[in-house]
Amino acid sequence: MHHFFLFAAIFMALLIIFSLYRAVIGPTVLDRLIGVNAIGSKTTALLILMGLLYHKVEMFVDIALAYAMLNFIAVIAASRYFQKRKGLFDEIEGTQKEGDVS
Amino acid sequence: MNFLAVVFVLLGLVFFTGGAVGILRMPDFYSRLHPAGKLDTMGLLMSMLGVALYTIQDFSLGEVLTGLKIMFIVVFVFITSPTATHAIVDAGVRAGLEPWTQDKGRKEP
Repeated sequence: MHHFFLFAAIFMALLIIFSLYRAVIGPTVLDRLIGVNAIGSKTTALLILMGLLYHKVEMFVDIALAYAMLNFIAVIAASRYFQKRKGLFDEIEGTQKEGDVS
Repeated sequence: MNFLAVVFVLLGLVFFTGGAVGILRMPDFYSRLHPAGKLDTMGLLMSMLGVALYTIQDFSLGEVLTGLKIMFIVVFVFITSPTATHAIVDAGVRAGLEPWTQDKGRKEP
């Protein structure tokens, strides 16, 4: 049972790397925000699995709950911030110009 | 109880895999939000249900309380994840991002 949870945690870490690709490469700012949100919600599950591996679930549950709340606040604040920012337009126009050239 | 826990955690991993692949392969910002918003909540529900079933081995007070806290995380994410997804969509619409259509995909493959 211990080995099963260990391999589940390793597999979820691999999925976090896949989401990290979208957070790094993503064409617009909001794509990166999607990647960060996905990484945060996977980390919440990964923290509980780590708690099972260390036999201290009652401690890691509180950490996971705080992490879920922090992830939610971060995404809300970032999306409110990028609503009023002109940088979003600039980056989209930049990618379109690159597409026209190539 | 252990068998059910293994089945639920595996189902949650299947949903998480679908979400990650969908985020990687969808063509557009708006369509990428669909796996990001939906499959993460479903995967979290399944895997946390499995972990809570594994945690409650004999029904002592501390273990039941830990299982209830784990399910409380699921309830919290079920409230916050659609809210966060809606906030991201709202930012995209107000910034003027155009949705991906089939003609635009044919022009620049």
